[in-house]
Amino acid sequence: MASFSFGMKLQGLALGLASRFAAHPLVQKYGLAKSAEKLAYISTKKGFQLIQKGLAKKSLGNKNGIKALPSPPPLFDLTLSDEQQMIRDSVKAYAENNIRPLALAADEQAKLPESLLQDSQELGLNYFSIPESLGGAGQLSPMTSVLIAEDLAWGDFSLTFAILASTSVTNTLSRWGNKKQQALWLPKFCADPSTNKETFNAAIAVQEPQPLFNSDLLTTSAKQNKKGYVLNGTKSLVPLAGTANLYLVAAQFKGKNEVFIVPANAKGVSFKSSPAMGLRSAEVGILQFDKVQLDKDALLGAGNAPYQQFNYENFIDSSHLSWCAMAIGCCQSALDYLIPYVNERYAFGEPISHRQSVAFMIANMKIEIESMRLLVWKAASRFERGEEFHRDAFLAHHLCMEKSMEIGTNAVQLLGGHGFTKEHPAERWYRDLRVLSVINGGLQL
Amino acid sequence: MIYLEVPKKLRMLVDQARQTADHVFRPISRKYDRAEHDYPIELDMFAAIMDGMNDALVDGGAGSGKLRQGTKDSSQIQNGINMTTVLGLAELCRGDVGLSLTMPRQGLGNAAIAAVANDEQLARFGNKWAAMAITEPGCGSDSAAVRTSAFKDGDDYIINGEKIFVTAGERADAVVVWATVDKNLGKAAIKSFVVEKGTPGMEVTRLEKKLGIKASDTASISFNDCRVPRANLLGSEEVSSSKGGEKGFAGVMQTFDNTRPVVAAMAVGVATASIERTKELLKEQGIDIDYKRPAKLGSQLKAEVYRMEAELEAARLLTIKAAWMADNGQPNSIEASISKAKAGRVANNITLKCVELLGTVGYCEDELLEKWARDSKILDIFEGTQQIQQLIIARRLLDKSSSELK
Repeated sequence: MASFSFGMKLQGLALGLASRFAAHPLVQKYGLAKSAEKLAYISTKKGFQLIQKGLAKKSLGNKNGIKALPSPPPLFDLTLSDEQQMIRDSVKAYAENNIRPLALAADEQAKLPESLLQDSQELGLNYFSIPESLGGAGQLSPMTSVLIAEDLAWGDFSLTFAILASTSVTNTLSRWGNKKQQALWLPKFCADPSTNKETFNAAIAVQEPQPLFNSDLLTTSAKQNKKGYVLNGTKSLVPLAGTANLYLVAAQFKGKNEVFIVPANAKGVSFKSSPAMGLRSAEVGILQFDKVQLDKDALLGAGNAPYQQFNYENFIDSSHLSWCAMAIGCCQSALDYLIPYVNERYAFGEPISHRQSVAFMIANMKIEIESMRLLVWKAASRFERGEEFHRDAFLAHHLCMEKSMEIGTNAVQLLGGHGFTKEHPAERWYRDLRVLSVINGGLQL
Repeated sequence: MIYLEVPKKLRMLVDQARQTADHVFRPISRKYDRAEHDYPIELDMFAAIMDGMNDALVDGGAGSGKLRQGTKDSSQIQNGINMTTVLGLAELCRGDVGLSLTMPRQGLGNAAIAAVANDEQLARFGNKWAAMAITEPGCGSDSAAVRTSAFKDGDDYIINGEKIFVTAGERADAVVVWATVDKNLGKAAIKSFVVEKGTPGMEVTRLEKKLGIKASDTASISFNDCRVPRANLLGSEEVSSSKGGEKGFAGVMQTFDNTRPVVAAMAVGVATASIERTKELLKEQGIDIDYKRPAKLGSQLKAEVYRMEAELEAARLLTIKAAWMADNGQPNSIEASISKAKAGRVANNITLKCVELLGTVGYCEDELLEKWARDSKILDIFEGTQQIQQLIIARRLLDKSSSELK
């Protein structure tokens, strides 16, 4: 790589020289330009052919080597794998048939539909990431998780938050939990939903109830003692009405941000309902930790090899991407809802969609949904390949925050007075999508 | 497999284009911004280098003269000519949009020829630098309303009319002219003709003085009984019943599916230049763009930079996506318009915002930032304005005809 870039620098220098040569008055005067151009053409062509041959040889060399066969270098590609397409189809169908019909009442009553968490387990969302040895599918895939979050949230944003709460915990434990933690907790998520009436639910708690909350400066903290750790603090926007069996709690420990595994029935853990503007059916609330004694295995990923070490920045970035993916699904459902509406709604003797002021809002929704999707997919696929993805996730969130909230607002606007009523889901999207500017943590790809 | 990075096999080309931007374009950028209408002689040398590079590339190179829709083959993903062109051009325009537009043999007319010419025409015109003449004093976005006429006379057509805003219209070797063969038949009768430089009756009447891209010659061309052989008509000569004719026009319009992502790429390039330079200048002031959370606790200035970067990244990926679809034979009309709409407005906003953020440093000519802010405006206008792109996108989404959604 070093010699490659050095070669490039040389080429850049040569280009600069060639260009200066071309502009030289003598060259122009004596008609030298044409022959010099010919020389430049030939030498560039030769040079490029050589470099390409070199590259071809290099990859051939690898193939004959002792190490594993290298896969061909990836090309820019937006094609989903067959498996991803299959998952997409089934999740989309589930969202349409099983989630959307529940959304209105669930939001009105601010209540999670009784059997939703158990029913949704039939999709197998919690199994995907769990290692095969523990009863799962061993498919920890951030990119696939993004697709799932998008399509579920197309059904309903808030209910998707509730459904993905547990999945986010299994994803986190599968990614960063140590062997002991995985063996202790993950099989509990694998119980057969048809035989086992009680699902094992869990949630992640990062957010705290103070203005200017900063996920890097947590006030929730843990201290080490003889038995293990003692946890103190308060978390907000925690879903599932306190019915979760297990929490993953972000807390400061020895000056670092860590995650602790906290059984919900530990002494000193309490939940208080605290409904919000949106996410009402997820039944969010305040989770309090008052001198909660945790055992020695409570620190996520303790003792892991360096490559499997818990990474708080990745943890937060991955969470933002989950929310972004849900926002994309929600915005897509808004667009899908609005297109027939503006075509059928008449004003001044024609469909309102014949007006540019309306049509352009629709066009812009499409443009921005596509924009959000590409940024989120790029970040998630980088994460999946183990590449640095903080900047991508950061920018994706920045874009999704602005654009999805704008789409939420415009969805109500396009429906006019009707959009302001509960006759249409737009006012719910308007409220749910606001969380994009507030959120920190809570989900995990 | 989802992979949204520049493919390895094109990184060398991208880097090459970047070097060109830095070492060939930037040093002469201001010179030709001031000397509007002077021919940048440095570019002949560069064009020779480009041709050498193109002809050596195993996949058939890049550039407007090679743009065409790939074939659909689901077994193998292509990163071909369309992608190579948008990636390369974005880098060149990071150097200078005006100079990129004046690169020999990279005219939009070349794209039209590449898309619809037959083999005989390709042989004759393939290596010529061809400009594109659509706009007239009385019609811009409404390209179906062209008044320039082409009357058949034996084996020739006789062209009469006035074209304006022809990019590279003076320097190019040929001009692809849109003209109607029958004013009563509307779109169906619009055909395009290759008129070679020096053809009697064709005259460059003036060059525009412009806000930006001054290095590029924007010509008005008049045609007075300009006789062109029938063999220079691109595509089918037939003016069939309105249905088939519409199709013919749609075919011509399809050139835009290939060229819009290219213009979007130009926008991405100039916006990249502005942001890069702005970040450098801010860094000298001790402001490091560090992507630290939460952004809302940081400065407004940083928030602006984040917003610009996010918008630019969106424009960049939309552009590459549209090109990727073209390479893989997927219909990309809506994506081409999306990329152009997004990149056009984003580039204009970004280049202007950078001037604003940097105060007089951004506004004065010591930096190129003010120039980029002038250059970028055209990218939201030519090859279909922002509003035309939105119309195209909206009509497709809402399933409306151009008479319903006007």
